[in-house]
Amino acid sequence: MTDSGLTGSQTVGPYLSIGLLRNPITARLVEEADPRAIRIRGRLLDGLGDPVPDGIVEIWQANAAGRYNHPSDARLEASLEEGFLGFGRSGTADEGRFEFVTVKPGPVPWPDGGLQAPHLLVGVFARGLLKRAVTRMYFPDEGAANASDPVLSGLDRRTRETLIAESAGDGSLHFDIRLQGAGQTTFFAT
Amino acid sequence: MDAERTTFPIIADLDRQGADPPYDFPEYVGTRLRAPKEPLVIVPQTLSELTGPAFGDAAVGEFDNDLTRQHVGQPLGERIVVAGRVLGCDGRPLGGQLVEIWQANAAGRYLHVVDTHDAPLDPSFSGAGRTLTDGDGWYRFTTVKPGAYPWKNHPNAWRPNHIHFSLFGRAFTERLVTQMYFPGDPLFAYDPIFHSIRDEQARERLVSNLDLSLTEADWALGYRFDIVLGSRDATPLEDLHDD
Repeated sequence: MTDSGLTGSQTVGPYLSIGLLRNPITARLVEEADPRAIRIRGRLLDGLGDPVPDGIVEIWQANAAGRYNHPSDARLEASLEEGFLGFGRSGTADEGRFEFVTVKPGPVPWPDGGLQAPHLLVGVFARGLLKRAVTRMYFPDEGAANASDPVLSGLDRRTRETLIAESAGDGSLHFDIRLQGAGQTTFFAT
Repeated sequence: MDAERTTFPIIADLDRQGADPPYDFPEYVGTRLRAPKEPLVIVPQTLSELTGPAFGDAAVGEFDNDLTRQHVGQPLGERIVVAGRVLGCDGRPLGGQLVEIWQANAAGRYLHVVDTHDAPLDPSFSGAGRTLTDGDGWYRFTTVKPGAYPWKNHPNAWRPNHIHFSLFGRAFTERLVTQMYFPGDPLFAYDPIFHSIRDEQARERLVSNLDLSLTEADWALGYRFDIVLGSRDATPLEDLHDD
């Protein structure tokens, strides 16, 4: 196998907030007053179920119409939205808790045709993680779309269930990320 | 319908080749309770993976690329220039890329509440920088050389001098956080984080080179650090159908 020439990953270490938790990149993808705003809360947990306070969680998503703010997404049927980038970053210093305010993305295409259910891509960095861990978060109120989603429907039940957020009583969504151990979140090779 | 079993290919992380370290590397004690152990699932690269954020000039302030000018006074330590190119794996320069860095001060102390190393903070140094690459992929920071510092990983453990780098690439799959080291550091031999990259060539690519052409005469020594970004496991859809 030939050497790819890629630059390799190293851990963010415990002092990541110095470089990565600074404006203007925040966990607020839309204004809280936006009538479409949803709140996603969760905890980053280690193999003992203990919180990971020295991590960050990043999300990347399409806008409410299902359009990515990126030149590779040139579809005409879904429009870009002024001011919506679709990227957010939250620290976990408060006992592993992260929180995003965003909008639910629209469905996005699958390469063979068809649609993927609304989802976020989620990246995790932490002290003790030598490289990023990548997962997806799906929405609990999208039963039909989730059932036909090409990724979810190719996963066994345990693997699949780790990817679907729960509805919390207050209207927010809850999505814990377990790095290791029982109930480990499913991570993808990227 | 839930599948009975996962129909996508899966791969054990320890079987993956390439420039990245494995998650599970017990010599770095912090990995022991945090390294994912389940196999990784390989799904096709969809529009979700093939897109990612790009940031404009608004993400960068006037002194963000000069860590020696962010305060009234000048920081103590050896002033250096760190510069290089951000490239795709096809060798093409990546312009307009946000580069974020953070580091310890010259005494080996981070401006962070959990850093309890008994070395002085520098009131003239915060240790955070960012910039955008130009059209040829070049970035350039002025800073001070970070000091080595002890950590609790094993008895008498010291980290080699390093600067943390964060990059985005052209797609979410290309996102990278890494560390840049300095040439000839005698602490390399003892550092499990450096050695977590098993491929020697890939490890050496994290070591910057002294570059006199980047030096600002009578002002700052120059170090060159190029960064190559690409997807780790880009698997075309057509390769995934037989398992």
